[in-house]
Amino acid sequence: MRSTVATTLKYVSLVVASLCAIVPLVTIFMLAFKTDQEQRTTGPLTPPSNWLNFENFVTAFSQGGMVMGFINTGIILVVSVAGTILIGTMAAYAVDRFRFRGRKLVLGLFLLATLVPSVTTQVATFQVISALDLFNTRGAAILLFAGTDIVAIYIFLQFMSSIPVSLDEAAMLDGANRFTIYWRVILPLLKPAIATVIIIKGIAIYNEFYIPFLYMPSQELGVISTSLFRFMGPFGSQWQVIAAGTILVIIPTLLAFLFLQRYIYNGLTSGATK
Amino acid sequence: MSTLKGDPALTARALAPISSRRRNRLTGSGTTPWLFLIIPLAFLIVLTYIPVGNMFWYSLTSWDGLDPDMEFVGLGNFVRIFTQPEIFQVFFVSLYYLAGAIAQLVLALYFATLLSFKTRFRNLFKGVIFFPYLINGVAIGLVFLYFFRPGGTLDALLAAVGIHDPGQWLGDPSLVNISLAGTSVWRYMGLNFVLFLGAIQSVPAEQYEAADLDGANSWHKFRFIILPSIRRILGLSFILAIAGALSAFEMPYIMTGGANGSETFVIQTVNTAFKFSKVGLASAMAVVLLIIVLVITAVQRRVFPDERGEES
Repeated sequence: MRSTVATTLKYVSLVVASLCAIVPLVTIFMLAFKTDQEQRTTGPLTPPSNWLNFENFVTAFSQGGMVMGFINTGIILVVSVAGTILIGTMAAYAVDRFRFRGRKLVLGLFLLATLVPSVTTQVATFQVISALDLFNTRGAAILLFAGTDIVAIYIFLQFMSSIPVSLDEAAMLDGANRFTIYWRVILPLLKPAIATVIIIKGIAIYNEFYIPFLYMPSQELGVISTSLFRFMGPFGSQWQVIAAGTILVIIPTLLAFLFLQRYIYNGLTSGATK
Repeated sequence: MSTLKGDPALTARALAPISSRRRNRLTGSGTTPWLFLIIPLAFLIVLTYIPVGNMFWYSLTSWDGLDPDMEFVGLGNFVRIFTQPEIFQVFFVSLYYLAGAIAQLVLALYFATLLSFKTRFRNLFKGVIFFPYLINGVAIGLVFLYFFRPGGTLDALLAAVGIHDPGQWLGDPSLVNISLAGTSVWRYMGLNFVLFLGAIQSVPAEQYEAADLDGANSWHKFRFIILPSIRRILGLSFILAIAGALSAFEMPYIMTGGANGSETFVIQTVNTAFKFSKVGLASAMAVVLLIIVLVITAVQRRVFPDERGEES
């Protein structure tokens, strides 16, 4: 008897939690298919009369700068992730595979940097980006995404220490130099760690709002976050268009989640605890 | 990969004679490690240490961000932060986010515990509870602007159960921070939940079986198996939650821009710097936050030593 009550309570709370997660999204999804007239006259919980009304999506895409947003996000994402991987693996290789004077200091510098909350330091980072003449260019976001990711270095360091040094030595006996070893031996073996970094970093960059907002104010440099943010002005009262834009931004995330579920869970577990 | 992992015993024996030499082999080689480090270190210094250093310097000036001459004002900015109530009082807004963060951890722990037992549709529930964490922050902001707007989703739901005119969720200064902190809980709970669930599931199944044999009930299992297994991740999450509450920024900035008494310390800092061009004062505010976060982290290291070593 007691266990039946407990089981019922358990499923009730799980269903309630799921509803809390889903309902705000479902109402936005329904809203995206409504006409302007419908949006004004029907309540949020009423489904649209025509589920095939894609007009709002067309408006969001063509007038909302979403195409530009996806292109800019795509460029920034690919270049920054590639940069993060190169920088992170090089740093991890140097620190893990060499014993040199100053190694502890270097490690400490990377460690200390993880503690600095990045939003607040933008007050001063802004001056550095201006001095480098990168303000209002994609370069600003790329440099900041690729150059300040210390968590990636830790993921590579952890993984690299599990690759036996004997492999380096075998390659060295075959006459390979350090760069060949890094490029031909270590990098291919780091594939699982690289996949983890691609996933965590990819999600983070796709979702980042403040850095593009602060450093790339010009309209044609809008990424998806900032393009969507700008919907609030011109489409202020057209909630159905805002909803369509929001759904367009969520769909790639949903697809990525459905296909990469296991990797995302694993990646976040190894990334979040640093 | 498979070709690399031979018989471990064999590998160990093959390595034995080298191991004394290994240290030498991998030592030395003078400049080579620095060639690998030069780019990562350059980025680290230019994008992290120079800004932090500059920030400390700016915080002692009344710089406006443009003027080539910076006027040194000593600790004047810090005195202003702690004496002008309108600057300091925004820290009280953090209390809403702190309460939200604690609710978030409790909920995450509750659902992680539930799902660690045998459950139908476990992966579905896990996915649904976790998914909000992955969504773009601006998209979440817009979803909840619609959710909280007058006549929006929340009002419609309340009307369905007979509650009318519940008030302005985002317009009323006494409600706005609760609404925004609630949105943050909705957004971030999934991450804590998945981390807790991962830690609980890393407990070997035999422990539960042994507990069953000893006649343990679910509460005993929670108290004596689950709780100790996630003590560390719980501690880390708690510290991160405090730091996150103090530096709450994205949800309120996107949704209200800090209007109606929802301004947080970080919103105030970036507005001071970029809207009102008081880089000196803003830097001092950033320094205050940085120091608070560093102190919290130091406390965490003391309470939960070896965090890194054990978690990995």
